[in-house]
Amino acid sequence: MTDSTLRRSAVAMTGPGLWTRLNNDRNWLGFWFMLPAAAILVLFLTYPLGLGIWLSLTDASIGNPGKFVGILNFYEKECYGPDDCEIYGLFGDHVFWQSVWQTIFYTTVASVAKFAIGLYLALLLNNHLPFKAILRAVILLPFIVPTVLSAIAFWWIYDAQFSIISWSLTKLGLIDQYIDFLGDPWNARWSLIFANVWRGVPFVAITLLAGLQTVPPSLYEAATLDGAGRWQMFRHVTFPLLTPIIAVVMTFSVLFTFTDFQLIWAITRGGPANATHLMATLSYQRAILGGNMGEGAAISTAMIPFLLAAIMVSWFGLQRRKWQQGESDD
Amino acid sequence: MADVEICDVRKSFGATEVLHGVDISIPDESFTVLVGPSGCGKSTLLRMIAGLEKVTSGEIVIRGQVVNEVPPKQRDIAMVFQNYALYPHMKVFDNMAFSLKLAKVDAKQIEEAVHRAAGILNLEDYLERFPRQLSGGQRQRVAMGRAIVRDPQVFLFDEPLSNLDAKLRVQMRTEIRELHQRLRTTTIYVTHDQIEAMTMADQIVVMHDGIVEQIGAPLDLYDNPANVFVAGFIGSPAMNFLPGSVERGGRAQVTMSNGTTLPLAEEAAAGEGQPVVYGVRPEHLDLVSESDGFAAEVVVVEPMGSETQVLARLDGREIIAAFRERHEFHPGQRIHLRPNLAKVHLFHQDSGQRL
Ligand SMILES: Nc1ncnc2c1ncn2[C@@H]1O[C@H](COP(=O)(O)OP(=O)(O)OP(=O)(O)O)[C@@H](O)[C@H]1O
Ligand SMILES: [Mg+2]
Repeated sequence: MTDSTLRRSAVAMTGPGLWTRLNNDRNWLGFWFMLPAAAILVLFLTYPLGLGIWLSLTDASIGNPGKFVGILNFYEKECYGPDDCEIYGLFGDHVFWQSVWQTIFYTTVASVAKFAIGLYLALLLNNHLPFKAILRAVILLPFIVPTVLSAIAFWWIYDAQFSIISWSLTKLGLIDQYIDFLGDPWNARWSLIFANVWRGVPFVAITLLAGLQTVPPSLYEAATLDGAGRWQMFRHVTFPLLTPIIAVVMTFSVLFTFTDFQLIWAITRGGPANATHLMATLSYQRAILGGNMGEGAAISTAMIPFLLAAIMVSWFGLQRRKWQQGESDD
Repeated sequence: MADVEICDVRKSFGATEVLHGVDISIPDESFTVLVGPSGCGKSTLLRMIAGLEKVTSGEIVIRGQVVNEVPPKQRDIAMVFQNYALYPHMKVFDNMAFSLKLAKVDAKQIEEAVHRAAGILNLEDYLERFPRQLSGGQRQRVAMGRAIVRDPQVFLFDEPLSNLDAKLRVQMRTEIRELHQRLRTTTIYVTHDQIEAMTMADQIVVMHDGIVEQIGAPLDLYDNPANVFVAGFIGSPAMNFLPGSVERGGRAQVTMSNGTTLPLAEEAAAGEGQPVVYGVRPEHLDLVSESDGFAAEVVVVEPMGSETQVLARLDGREIIAAFRERHEFHPGQRIHLRPNLAKVHLFHQDSGQRL
């Protein structure tokens, strides 16, 4: 009897059909699970990206699908005589180059400031403070207000005639002439950076706060007994443990700042004299307002190498550090 | 190395007092174990000694100096945490060297100190690993190594073995004990496990609900528990408690509510009619013939190899007896047990204090 039971179960073992086997195969199952995500990625990410790159290689304008022109939007050398050559395309366009430098400057300064202020606030909020919950909510406010709304508010704050800052400073007797926040190139640049930092700090602060709260309190206690002061504790315990989350949050921050559009467009529209154009705003101006889809797309495409570089840096930064790696079964 | 005095120490968190005046004297070079059930305030007391928790009132004195207001890093104390609290981003070497680096000890001396400690703890092969790459027992040793390199005045351990499996726990118990015999640093060790307390301590402090129930050497507590709590807490399986009242007509005995009589030594310090709790340890019950002792009904038999434990029912309550000899028992069987008169403990029924 035992014998026949064995044999029957052996038969049952070979039983399952192709469908069942496919369903039980890890890789197949994984493939099925990934399919919807892949489809969405292709549809909503790859297609627009591909279209943008394609447009940058055409002379399309609004109402005109355009034809392939190779890299002429980026670089074109035309010679009128032996020593009389002109470079056209983005390479020869000093407004474009200005927007590149402005984008890099804007991103660098704003990101560093957001990081410093965000980290400071996070450390502050991680302490036992009175009204901690309320403070945390308040800090999130700039993040909750729609960007355009806060941009309009800043536009008023920076207005040449109605600026509340100029008004207060005059009333206090500190200045006797209203500050031309948006009319002067450097004033405009710093004003925009300030607005961006104001908007971006909550995200950094709250994310870093979440990171801080994952550090076990006993590590601080151990460090206290080991003789670490406040600064040493930050330097040797908090900061190293926070690096993974710093890498994530700063990658996002850099990407968002680099591609910033709304704030600039609502406050300065790239002015005065193109001084505050970022690549994104310049691209929009050329493509949609100017009608030169090909040129606008070329400017957007030119952002890709920078963004890729930023992602690469964080990708290597994000790779699990050795100390985060668990045992082999982890 | 130093002695530690804890004088009438109280601790409140907000309005709740969790330590109600604790007095403990910890001699230099001793191994003192604070033991008690969960929530009795052992960790709180230890953390106050370390300086991680403020003292609400009373004094903590280390080597003659009141340290209530001395910041932790100046107390020269090392602590091993229950979760080890190793710095995950530092290699074992750096974990152990951290305090010395902060103290600006020169690199060569640090190297020496760490290697010496690693040698004692068999960690030399692991110095270049990160904590995550170590087993629980190895992490435990690194945590101890971190304490040793500093050569502190006092070692504090807060349930260091509770994350380890049973076998490793027994092994580490011995290792910690050996380490103490070697370094002779005053050690205060917190555990809720009375076996750990019994096997490791020179001096056990039994705590309960924020007070000290009894302080003494392990066997002292075992042989002369001051009250019902200590009697029930120390020893495994726990002491049997049988309530009854003393009768002194003729032979002294304790009579339970169902009429069962328990023999009592004549010199027992209890008056006629006094309600008492009669305590007897499982190993002090002898199996006797039907005409002797009291009867009980076997419920469960647990052979342990070295001894056999029998859970029996007597007047609605369960008692445990442990026998070195092997007997055949089966559930439902009626057996007769007789307490070893010299080993009987009598406690006051209301206060629980020893009579
Ligand atoms: N920070 C705190 N705030 C409020 N109450 C606390 C705090 N820390 C501990 N307690 C309370 O103090 C009492 C003693 O806690 P403690 O951690 O010392 O217990 P323990 O004896 O170490 O217990 P265990 O064996 O579970 O570790 C508990 O009732 C606990 O709820
Ligand atoms: Mg505890």
